[in-house]
Amino acid sequence: MRPYRRPVAPTWWLSNRAYFLFIVRELTSVFIAAYLVLFLLLLHNIAVGREAYEAYLRFLATPGLLVFHVLALAAALFHTVTWFNLLPNIMVVRYGENRAPAIIIAGVNYVAWIAVSIFIAWIVLSR
Amino acid sequence: MAKSKSNPKGRSSEPFWWFLFGAGGTIAAFLVPFHILLTGIAAPAGWVGESFEYNQVLALVSHPVTRLYLFALISLPLFHWAHRFRFTLIDLGLKGGRRAVAIACYGSAIVGAILTAVVLLKL
Amino acid sequence: MSKPTMTLEVLRYRPEQDQAPRFQTYEVAYREDWVVLDAINHIKDQIDGTLSYRWSCRMGVCGSCGMMINGVPKLSCATFLKDYWPAPVRIEPLANFPIERDLVIVLDDFMEKLTSVKPWIIREEEKPLSEGEYRQSPAELARYKQFSMCINCMLCYAACPVYAMDPHFLGPAATALAQRYNMDSRDQGRRQREEVFASHVGIWDCTYVGECTVVCPANVDPAGAIQQAKLSSTLDWFKGVLMPWGER
Repeated sequence: MRPYRRPVAPTWWLSNRAYFLFIVRELTSVFIAAYLVLFLLLLHNIAVGREAYEAYLRFLATPGLLVFHVLALAAALFHTVTWFNLLPNIMVVRYGENRAPAIIIAGVNYVAWIAVSIFIAWIVLSR
Repeated sequence: MAKSKSNPKGRSSEPFWWFLFGAGGTIAAFLVPFHILLTGIAAPAGWVGESFEYNQVLALVSHPVTRLYLFALISLPLFHWAHRFRFTLIDLGLKGGRRAVAIACYGSAIVGAILTAVVLLKL
Repeated sequence: MSKPTMTLEVLRYRPEQDQAPRFQTYEVAYREDWVVLDAINHIKDQIDGTLSYRWSCRMGVCGSCGMMINGVPKLSCATFLKDYWPAPVRIEPLANFPIERDLVIVLDDFMEKLTSVKPWIIREEEKPLSEGEYRQSPAELARYKQFSMCINCMLCYAACPVYAMDPHFLGPAATALAQRYNMDSRDQGRRQREEVFASHVGIWDCTYVGECTVVCPANVDPAGAIQQAKLSSTLDWFKGVLMPWGER
């Protein structure tokens, strides 16, 4: 027997939409990490003092950084949506023979996400 | 990792990193979008001027509860990135040097967590 | 008036004469109620008897006839010509497996992996006959039933890019079948299967692409099975680390 192994190109993820969206999903973690580094720098500049903080805010207002944050927001939202939508397959909630429908499990997370975001807004902005 | 009669080679550490990936991913899913909107877009654009006046933010972030929150917010998603990025490189064709890549990724996350703690302690 | 025809481009590989696989084109009469398997059987019977392929039940329960049809892993007995006609259909052996001949793949790797997860009820102690049968409630059955529907067709392995890049990965069906037994109330073998999960041929390379679940013809959701396996393995890992006295 002389079996033939077909080579797999590292560009396999360009061959169909599902694979492509998968790689996009995975790369959202890069945007999230990059944002958190910039956020950590913001905290660092708060610790340094008023001038450093205000200079950093002006830096964040430059077009390049604003564009980055818009892209990062899109990436973070894509992460959130794909994360919540996949959760029902991982954490199966059973009652007797039945299974809680996926839309309920995902829905609870979406509602909690909105609630948490409102709470953060209240904490930060009501001053 | 613990060896036993049923697991003579010792326990793989993969579950631990996967757990951090899951915890970080959950935190990122719930908290990061709004934070990006707030600190990356709204504050620099001046939409929330008063709340982001220096003394206001300093008072907010130096509170001990806020500092714990910020530590979780920043460090756990870094481990989420580390695990996900490591496997994305493998999915994109990385064959050799996998161990080195794993160490580089998790190592960066550990450094990130330490730096986060350092910054938060200064506030 | 000429009868409509269907064009099939089939990947051929005859190791005794070919260095590499190449496509061969066949024209068959187009019949609206035919599936791809019907067309291939027609080729074998009437046009080219040298074509080799696997098939059996021709009704989607045996798992033998998996092939790549226009680049998508499908059961050839469940794929209708009318969904492609009049465009040509490209037929190749299941992806990510070595080709033995024509549309026949070498499936030894899957067989070894399946055996390694010990897909049978494992008991620490057998109940004596006098104690009667093992009873299982509908709720207990529901916990693993979905994973028991696997027909070992291996379409999931053909869809999995992780398995494509690294044949060491345990893979969807083997993990789903391991979970079928792990979640069975009669089984006590989870620790033994955990060794395979955690090994270098284990489950942790899975990055939840999810295509395995999309192509599965039996609605097994192997992707879900793998993530659930990761979750239960992680809980076991923490228990083992924080409370090691339970180890034997």
